Amino acid sequence: MNFSEVFKQSNQLCKVSPDGKYLATCVQYRLVVRDFNSLQIVHLYTCLDPVMHMEWSSDSLFILCAMYKRGLVQVWSLEQPDWHCKIDEGSIGLVSSRWSPDGRHILNTTEFNLRVTVWSLCTKAVSYIKYPKACQKGVDFTADGRYMALAERRECKDYISVFVCDDWHLLRHFESETQDLAGLEWSPNCCVLAVWDNCLEYKILLYSLDGRLLSSYSAYEWSLGIKSVAWSPSSQFLAVGSYDEKVRILNHITWKKITEFEHPATIINTKAVVFKEVEKRPVVGSEDLSIHQLTVDNSLFSTQSKYEITQLPAQVPVIKPDPDRANPKIGISALAFSADNRFLATKNDNMPQSLWVWDMQRLSLLAVLEQTAPVRCFVWDPRRPRLALCTGNTKVYLWSPAGCVSVNVPVEGSFQVQSLFWHCSGSSLVLLSKEHICLCGASVASFCLQ
Amino acid sequence: MRHHVGHVWFRQALITGSAFSFVFCTDTKELSSISGISMSPSRQNSRHSLHSTTALPKTSYSVLSAFCTEGNISQCIAYINQEVCSLGLTGASLESKSGNLSAVPVLNLLYEVLQLQRRAQRALHELETQQLMNGSDLEHLQHSNCRLKDQLEHTRRENSGLHEGERQLQLKIKTLHNCLKSEKEEVQKLQSIISSRASQYNHDTKRKERECTKLKERLNQLLMDKRDKKLSIEISNYVGRSDGKRGLWKTSKMEARHEGEMYRALLSDYETRQRSLMMENSELKKVLQHMKKDMIAILSPKKPCAVSEGEEETGDCCRESLEQSCEQAREQLTNSIRLQWRKLKSHMERLDSQASLVACQEREGDEMMSRKEQEDEMQRMRLELQQCKEFIHMQQQLLQQQLSSPCDEETAALLNDCYTLEEKERLKEEWRLFSEQKRNFERERKNFTEAAIRLGHERKAFEEDRAAWLKTQFLHMTPFVDRKRPALSEPHSATQQLSQSQSDVQCLLFKIQSTIDG
Repeated sequence: MNFSEVFKQSNQLCKVSPDGKYLATCVQYRLVVRDFNSLQIVHLYTCLDPVMHMEWSSDSLFILCAMYKRGLVQVWSLEQPDWHCKIDEGSIGLVSSRWSPDGRHILNTTEFNLRVTVWSLCTKAVSYIKYPKACQKGVDFTADGRYMALAERRECKDYISVFVCDDWHLLRHFESETQDLAGLEWSPNCCVLAVWDNCLEYKILLYSLDGRLLSSYSAYEWSLGIKSVAWSPSSQFLAVGSYDEKVRILNHITWKKITEFEHPATIINTKAVVFKEVEKRPVVGSEDLSIHQLTVDNSLFSTQSKYEITQLPAQVPVIKPDPDRANPKIGISALAFSADNRFLATKNDNMPQSLWVWDMQRLSLLAVLEQTAPVRCFVWDPRRPRLALCTGNTKVYLWSPAGCVSVNVPVEGSFQVQSLFWHCSGSSLVLLSKEHICLCGASVASFCLQ
Repeated sequence: MRHHVGHVWFRQALITGSAFSFVFCTDTKELSSISGISMSPSRQNSRHSLHSTTALPKTSYSVLSAFCTEGNISQCIAYINQEVCSLGLTGASLESKSGNLSAVPVLNLLYEVLQLQRRAQRALHELETQQLMNGSDLEHLQHSNCRLKDQLEHTRRENSGLHEGERQLQLKIKTLHNCLKSEKEEVQKLQSIISSRASQYNHDTKRKERECTKLKERLNQLLMDKRDKKLSIEISNYVGRSDGKRGLWKTSKMEARHEGEMYRALLSDYETRQRSLMMENSELKKVLQHMKKDMIAILSPKKPCAVSEGEEETGDCCRESLEQSCEQAREQLTNSIRLQWRKLKSHMERLDSQASLVACQEREGDEMMSRKEQEDEMQRMRLELQQCKEFIHMQQQLLQQQLSSPCDEETAALLNDCYTLEEKERLKEEWRLFSEQKRNFERERKNFTEAAIRLGHERKAFEEDRAAWLKTQFLHMTPFVDRKRPALSEPHSATQQLSQSQSDVQCLLFKIQSTIDG
């Protein structure tokens, strides 16, 4: 595995273009665009304020930089570096900004969620959408980019509006049967919209594209409900993670639960493999402790680690959450399906150091990864059934059905991996620390850059 | 009663009307002892007995008279003396004075006997009273025993009843405890739910309040702020659409088109889903059909009637394939599968029972089997034995014939001679052949050696010739043909000779080989 040089970034803003050719990073108010393979700087742009949010357009031709404090959005073009575009929201303020799927419209959500302004880069047309709902996930685009679903709240009731992204025509507007809508998500086949309530009520509703209610599912009452939702890439399954530490899988034909995955503190399932990360400190001889060694060679302080297979029954470390706090750290907070639909990775918040991998063909537990620190981020390879995760230390961990491995990031100084993501081809990983990024992969150029 | 004064006794005796009529001259001790014999009016029984023992009815006199007559007075006296002695009374022995008995010793004796009798009566009376008392005591004890037993039984029953009641109450207590525990747990759970919900609500309320205050501040700020920054976009030039087409006006046609597109998308999704489901369905149906056929096949060898059923089923199949999605066809298929499965199951059960029967009969069955096998074996062996015996017998016979022919010596000798002659002739022939071959071989070998020697000589000559020729050739080296020819002929002749001899040798070798082989 090759590791590249580290580059600076701020605010964890580092994105690969959708076509995979370029890597854009923001360093304070500068936008740096590099060629992904050679890591040479291709373009350099300067914004008016430190950038809070950066996004590539879908055709990889434009980059959007949003500065929320000043209420500004600047758009840069890769084809014509001297082309510029600045959107000023004025006194109304800016809370979020995103591209539309066609890459020619920008949707700005104003402060206090007063309205969503749709700016067009092609025409002078400006559209306004009133009463957008401020929730966990109030806006979602279909995978083919044709429709947009927006959650609205008028007079203490939730509504859903479906827009045609072509011309922002309001296709459907219907009332949602939720008490307090927390999020919505389109299925990957673009025909079903999953809408879920906030944690005070366990309810997930499934609406068809034309606004008909297909089904409603509620596992239990009164206790805290849904924490996370994920569609499988084939749209066959809908995984619902809740505060009762269980994931319930609904099927797309009857929209009924086909199974539920439990996360017990003691694993007794004999088919599952429990990988435990074990750190081993290198032995230091007294004659090696010179200043030179200490400053230059960081391998002295970095610990090697490897995975050991634990015998079943295995105990998973549990951290009891504070019962008096809101949004308690318990329940399934993160769910991710692999690209081939065969695996599901889940994280239970009161077992923060463990990651659970489920086999979707057999609908059973396949592996549990127990790390030495809480898992911060995990992502599936977009092509292969490979999972990359990080726990905030200097290592990156990879799991595949063949096994799992821990790789030390061989960077001078310590590189604490805070988050990571895959390149769209699945051949490289981009690791982000607090202030830097590092690329790793089989074909990453590892030479220095000015 | 015993220690009463005499006159009291006397009066009592009169009252009771007993027929006692005797006078005492002894001391009061005996009087008191006698008075003890007298009993209370309640003791009727003893009175009767006393009556019977102590009363001297007038008739008893006749008995006495039987004992003593005028004639045997002295004997009677003697007898009485004896009796008295044996009884141990101290009365003086009665002496007979010529037939006159003095009344004093008789009276004393009588008195002593009466005393004895009294004592005995007293003792009897005492025993009888004692016995009565014991009897009544026994009765009393028995009654009380019965009563106590009943009481005990009653208390035991009560006890068991109480135990039972206690047990039930304990059970109730336990169930109530469990109920209480579960209720407590539920209450706790609900309380925790309420608390978490309450904290969530509080959190949300606080968030909303904060937002509200921010909004108010912003509103204030906006009201104060004169300069209103208008929202605007500065763009150097408008970019073309990503798909390269021109933007279209918003018309109702557009709306209809959008609707149409949406429905088309939905329909295509439903169609794909339906197609996949149909495929799955048909695959499953195929599997079911195969299963059905297999089941029929399994059942049909046992049941010939199933064949006709199979035919029916195939007819069904044809119909089914025509109306694939028909509800009836589906039901038909599933019903027929179920039927076949039930038959198969019953068949399997029967087989199982049979197998189990066979298994339990196996111990007997084993023996039967082995017996059969044994019998077969035995049969075979017997047959073999028979054959062997016959063979041996035949051999024996032949041998006997061979050996035992002393009566026919000539023929035997002749036969023997014949046999040996034959052999002799054969051997002679062979010997002749062998000697002939040997001679031939010797001859051949001689020839071969001669030929080899000759060959060696000729070879040597040839070599010499060759050497000479070469020498001449080398020395002359002329293009003349005539000179060459004689030089050539010589070695040629030598070679000819050599080749001939070689061929000779080869022929010889071949001949030898053939004779050896022949």
